[in-house]
Amino acid sequence: MTHLDTDVLIVGAGGAGTYAAISAARSGAGSILLLDKSLVGRGGATIMAQMTVAAALAEESDDDWRLHLNDTLAAGRGLCDEALAAILCEEAPARMREMGEWQVGWARRDSGRIAQVTAPGHSRPRCCYVDFLNTGPAVAATLRRRVSRTDAIRRLSNLIVTDLVTADGAVVGAVALDAASGEPVTIAAAATIIATGGLTRIYRRNSASANMGGDGYALALNAGAQLVDMEFVQFFPIGHLAPRLVGMDPIMWDPFRYKLGGRLLDGRGEEFLARYGSDEAGVYTTPRDIATYAIVSEVAAGRGSLHGGVFLSFEHVPPADLAAAFGPVIERLAKNGINLARAPVEVSPIAHYHMGGIAVDERMASTVPGLFAAGEAVGGANGANRLSGNAISEALVFGERAGRFAASARRLAGWSAAAAAEHVERIRSLADGCKGDGSATVLLEDMRGLMNDSVGPLRDAPGLERALERLVEMRDALPSLAINPGREFNASLGDWFELRASLAAAEAVIRAALARHESRGAHQRTDFPNSNPGLARCQLVTMGESGMAVRWAQ
Amino acid sequence: MKTARLKICRGAGDEPGRYEEFAVPFEDGATVLDALIWIRVHRDPSLAIRYSCINANVCKECTIAIEGRVLYACTTRLVDDRVMTLDPLPGKARLRDLVAETRPPRERIE
Repeated sequence: MTHLDTDVLIVGAGGAGTYAAISAARSGAGSILLLDKSLVGRGGATIMAQMTVAAALAEESDDDWRLHLNDTLAAGRGLCDEALAAILCEEAPARMREMGEWQVGWARRDSGRIAQVTAPGHSRPRCCYVDFLNTGPAVAATLRRRVSRTDAIRRLSNLIVTDLVTADGAVVGAVALDAASGEPVTIAAAATIIATGGLTRIYRRNSASANMGGDGYALALNAGAQLVDMEFVQFFPIGHLAPRLVGMDPIMWDPFRYKLGGRLLDGRGEEFLARYGSDEAGVYTTPRDIATYAIVSEVAAGRGSLHGGVFLSFEHVPPADLAAAFGPVIERLAKNGINLARAPVEVSPIAHYHMGGIAVDERMASTVPGLFAAGEAVGGANGANRLSGNAISEALVFGERAGRFAASARRLAGWSAAAAAEHVERIRSLADGCKGDGSATVLLEDMRGLMNDSVGPLRDAPGLERALERLVEMRDALPSLAINPGREFNASLGDWFELRASLAAAEAVIRAALARHESRGAHQRTDFPNSNPGLARCQLVTMGESGMAVRWAQ
Repeated sequence: MKTARLKICRGAGDEPGRYEEFAVPFEDGATVLDALIWIRVHRDPSLAIRYSCINANVCKECTIAIEGRVLYACTTRLVDDRVMTLDPLPGKARLRDLVAETRPPRERIE
């Protein structure tokens, strides 16, 4: 069996993970192991982000990071961890200027200034981008280039980390499945950084990549770490719904909406956001939680569009303005049969980002020694609702910190083959297949439907309780599921581990949602429609001897 | 309901590939990747495919040979008027079914 030893182990090679690797190397870590379930630098959310990045660069206005912080805290509906939010806002400008120096290609005005636009929820033009819809791919490519030039970083693709290994109360490394060979791999590390992104893949309608099933949350929970704000899943309000659109991120419409004034219309062709207290008055800055609530409520009231969403119309925009704003995207839309001058598209909320995650301090250290987190996997900075543009900023800022502080972590306990043994044995016993009933591949689909229908933007106690009951049945079924035989790239084996992790992440969301008897931000309870000022506190989820527990933070 | 038919090369490692045909419900605008995911859920979870971004056309992981042409499964539309033949990426070792060894050598455990 392969055993690897490294100073810093990074699980997940999206924006946060690759940045953490670069930062750890810069801070003097001698060896860094950067793993991904998918191909390194290809998976994760950053590469898919087609929109904008928030940083108070003050290129287009008298901006200041404190103003960015004010907007972030307001969007978070009273729940942001202010220390983490302040770090995010204060350090974002340095990270974005550095990306500029690394030739990411920020869009610039004729004057040479970095172009910044006002995204929803921002009080200033603060969001930079790479044209056209190329922000995430450009950031990912820039980070891939830096990683490949850094000798201390070893990359490994198609490695599925199934468990963290603890000894003497500290995380001392991990056990992984090498998907290509079906073999277990053990990895000893002085510090381990979880950079696996969020959990939006546990919803049927999601804008996630295949590897965002909440693995990192399950790993952290089982290693004894605390999760925070797990009930807050951000649904992006105007995710593409119909007609079928391929080759484009389903959340691509937002920048065009606020650039051009796309109108949101119900099934009868009437504007409706004003009925939900959001008078946009032509500026199109309704925060995501309110827009999502409005759309879901319209559909529930029978005023939805043909496919169960609402219409987004640009028909009132002159064709020349459409062509200028969309650039080459117009042709990609035409290939999908979409002509914005002639007809609206249908949009509806889509699971997009998770505000909750691993509870960390200002060093990105979790409550378990040796375990750090970075990027979307971190909980707390965005409270109950994330401000648009803060996700890539968070990936880079928290990635930089996690890498820096992990690099100076001392090895707290020796590697424990004994502690790793049960995890290694599980992989060995499953890798040759199991006879059984049911399949993880099917249950993953069932779980996604369940989460969408009962734990989506609108929730109530009966629905959440039913979902929890069904989820527990699925968890109990795990040991008896069939797994196809075959070592090399055994897809059903990968699905089994994904299901195991996703069920834990989903359970954390449901338990936290059940316990919050109010509506706030992305968590809207139809049985508790109002915010309760007494509940402007976070909930923590932990794994105990008798299962998962939720409690209020002090 | 209309159906699309796919003839998919199956097999692991160096063993000779064999073709297996699947019928998949056809919907306007659906892609080859949609069909492969449908097959995994509704017919055969052992079918191995590689994909990450699913819909955004940024990860390039789902590159396979579709009717002899190297294409992305996520942006190639299904057809309902003929059988589409799918093979793993040519010129690379095959791991299983449509999954080729596309990891750079440095990113593998030897």
